[in-house]
Amino acid sequence: MNAVEVNANPKRVKHDLKRQERALWLRRFFSNKWMVTGSIIIVLLLLLAILGPKLTPYDPYKMVVKERLEAPSAHHLLGTDNFGRDLLTRIIYGAKVSMWVGFASALLSSIIGLAIGLTASYFRYLDNILMRICDGLLAFPAILFAIALMAVLGAKTENVIIALTIVFSPEVARIVRSRALVVREETYIEAIRSQGASAARIIWKHIAPNTISPLLVKATFVFSEAVIVEATLSFLGAGVPAPDPSWGNILSDGKDVIYTGWWMTVFPAAFIILSVLGLNLLGDGLRDLIDPQSTSK
Amino acid sequence: MYFYILKRILSLVPVLFVVSIVAFLLIYLTPGDPVSVMLGQEASAEQIEALREQMGFNDPLYIQYFHWLLGVVQGNLGDSYFMHMPVATAIVEHLGPTLSIAVFAEIIAIIIALPVGILAAKHRGSLMDQFVMGFTLTGMAIPSFIFGLILMLVLGVKLGWLPVAGYQPLSSGFWNYLQYLLMPGLALGIIQSALIARMTRSSMLEVLNADFIKTARSKGVKERSIIYVHALRNALLPIITVVGQTFGLLLAGAVVIETIFNIPGIGQLVLNSIQSRDYAVIQGVILMVAFFYVLINLVIDLLYMLIDPRVGY
Amino acid sequence: MGQPLLEINNLQTHFNTERGRVTAVDGISFSVEKGEILGVVGESGCGKSVTAQSILRLFDEKYTASYDGEIKLQGEDLLKLSKANMEKIRGNEVSMIFQDPLSSLNPVFTIGFQLTETIRIHQKHTKQEAYQMAIELLRMTGIPSPEKRIDEYPHQLSGGMRQRVMIAMALACKPKLLIADEPTTALDVTIQAQILDLILELNEELGMAVVFITHDLGVVAEICTRVVVMYLGQVVEEANVEDLFTNPLHPYTKGLMKSIPQIEGNRSEKLNVIGGTVPALTDIPKGCRFATRCEYANDLCKEKAPDLQLHEGHHKVRCWHYADIARKEAVEHAIPTS
Repeated sequence: MNAVEVNANPKRVKHDLKRQERALWLRRFFSNKWMVTGSIIIVLLLLLAILGPKLTPYDPYKMVVKERLEAPSAHHLLGTDNFGRDLLTRIIYGAKVSMWVGFASALLSSIIGLAIGLTASYFRYLDNILMRICDGLLAFPAILFAIALMAVLGAKTENVIIALTIVFSPEVARIVRSRALVVREETYIEAIRSQGASAARIIWKHIAPNTISPLLVKATFVFSEAVIVEATLSFLGAGVPAPDPSWGNILSDGKDVIYTGWWMTVFPAAFIILSVLGLNLLGDGLRDLIDPQSTSK
Repeated sequence: MYFYILKRILSLVPVLFVVSIVAFLLIYLTPGDPVSVMLGQEASAEQIEALREQMGFNDPLYIQYFHWLLGVVQGNLGDSYFMHMPVATAIVEHLGPTLSIAVFAEIIAIIIALPVGILAAKHRGSLMDQFVMGFTLTGMAIPSFIFGLILMLVLGVKLGWLPVAGYQPLSSGFWNYLQYLLMPGLALGIIQSALIARMTRSSMLEVLNADFIKTARSKGVKERSIIYVHALRNALLPIITVVGQTFGLLLAGAVVIETIFNIPGIGQLVLNSIQSRDYAVIQGVILMVAFFYVLINLVIDLLYMLIDPRVGY
Repeated sequence: MGQPLLEINNLQTHFNTERGRVTAVDGISFSVEKGEILGVVGESGCGKSVTAQSILRLFDEKYTASYDGEIKLQGEDLLKLSKANMEKIRGNEVSMIFQDPLSSLNPVFTIGFQLTETIRIHQKHTKQEAYQMAIELLRMTGIPSPEKRIDEYPHQLSGGMRQRVMIAMALACKPKLLIADEPTTALDVTIQAQILDLILELNEELGMAVVFITHDLGVVAEICTRVVVMYLGQVVEEANVEDLFTNPLHPYTKGLMKSIPQIEGNRSEKLNVIGGTVPALTDIPKGCRFATRCEYANDLCKEKAPDLQLHEGHHKVRCWHYADIARKEAVEHAIPTS
């Protein structure tokens, strides 16, 4: 009886379906406890990066010589660094840099990768050229390629984002392309094309939306890799330049005093690991959510 | 079959072509004029111009590229402005420690990952499986250089079991050589094993679900040989692919990790070159690593033919 | 009649799934006499394949599957055997062939390796002896130039050849029982006929009993002596082939019969497909399991599950109303509608 009532109002049917679908997604999201954990970690880190600087009473740059290398205490929760700066404050400002660099690189390489991937999948004569270029770029290990680019560009936060975007765009492009190729072969695309739709319209209206899910998953992993590479670059002195705080260059300072100040190694390391773990959990979860069959459990 | 091998080798040409262009452009786009760097600040404009002409910097870009490429193909990677020696020589001198670490780490990674991944797949869903999954998840979240720092802090600084930094060549005796390699090798290898273990597990799981495993069981094949003969041989393909593809990562990881342990390898060469703006060295290094990567992937593809009779048809 | 070769009593196969424990085979009983060919028929998902694989206990008993009931091979209960003893039965006393011969053969080993492996697991032979035996087996199953084929890999053979290899492998130790799980489904029609002929031939020559799992009643009519019809993990009808085809009793069996395309006879009769779908194993009806799709179902059927009851001779059926339906149909046939 209920069915008859619902059928009478097609709009409501659609609405109900949508609501059901949303409920299903939410249920799947919350039933994946790892993914929830990952999301919580990332949200907390983002909150720390955004609100943290307003909460800490310390200046991340001001050096206090007589407070050098103090162990963690009630006064300095995570201790001080080798220049007498509050370590927690440095880490909070570092979170801002690391999260920003990771997010911006993920976003930019998604946009560029999407554009390249879609172009390659649709215009077959460009496909070969674009994909060979991607193959060539992917032959350089990410970290080394980033180091070389930074050597050329110069150590600067914006340059880190540019370098990471160059490094990660080809990976994104491949993912987008392979998904787009599958969609492209589906009959309805053929039907639309035979009706005379323009290439641009087919790509944007029909193919691009279908590549969003795998793109989102990939972007999450690019984010996490970008955090690692940025930390590595800054650790090597080729990333975020001192005195700007970043987790990588705090570690680099910490390495010089590893005999006397363990906290300068342990805490920034913990933050890097935590953020990468959170992003990986989120990415794994998203992948399972989008394609439950690919679950590797 | 020979046709397949030839085809596979030919397919490397475009990739290497792109690699060479990227490496070439890297130097070309570098800010600052290498000629004025070479001649120092006192050089006159005429002197600079003469050297530019002599070194071919005034030629069109593609001519410069082909000159450079011709040299590279013959093993001439240019000269280091700073160290006053050919880049190729500098790289070869620093290659030993880096390769040692990478190979050592790969061995450690495989020794850990294969049994762990196979066991997890065999006892899927058990406590041990969850433990292995936890290990791989954590391992993949820890950058190897950070794990290196942690090992250094614990094994070197706090416990004093292993030397904190330094390097001894093989010629100084095997134990000497090994004890300096142990920490960087473990740091890199354990982290790497997480990835390989995960791949091993999922690859084994997939194969264990295959119909031919059921056939083997229905023939009365023992569980042990189902896993180690029937399943493993099939599961090995994707595992080998991952091992090969990540060897480039491992090499890059070795470059980073040796800077922590003050090991005079490629990493130190690169860092010194960044500081002294010795771009030719950086170019040479990434060219070499990319070439390694391409070569290893070729070897893996050829290995496939030994393992999987279907490949090459 | 003596002791049957295989006697299955009240077999249950349970699986642990993400949605809880599921019983895919629920209280199956039937027996197989020496040298006979028993057909097991049903739609996909009825549990016939699970039954087949349960006989050899092929499911992982550590984490996913568990069995109840009895599977007696010549009086010995297979479900009580140790792992090692069960391995001695498999491929030796009872062997099995599967639906898709390509995926059922290990792609990275030669035919010869896979054949000699079976021989050498169960019998003491040198490699050379086993190799010669393998060539003989290939010849017996009708593979031309077996000396050459034996060193090839599965992907180098055609579909029919692969199934012949599977059969050769199953016959390696002269088993008393062959379980054939839809062995012809993945093959072309002409190849299908050849493989069926081969199985019939081997059954006659070697006196080997066969349990033939299929969804195809046409195949059953061709080679089986007796048939078990399964629906949703239970036996709903069991009879000799002639009885089943001349006098099907269960509404489900009748439905299956009507869904066989008729080449001769009344073309105007519409091809009948049983309406509705098989309920999920997590959602088994309380009463008769077929009630949700049965045109004769009433309140009794929905409330109470019928038992498998003896109709006459060896003909058994699981239906409350089979007698009424038969009577009603007899009346309909007596008064032909124009």
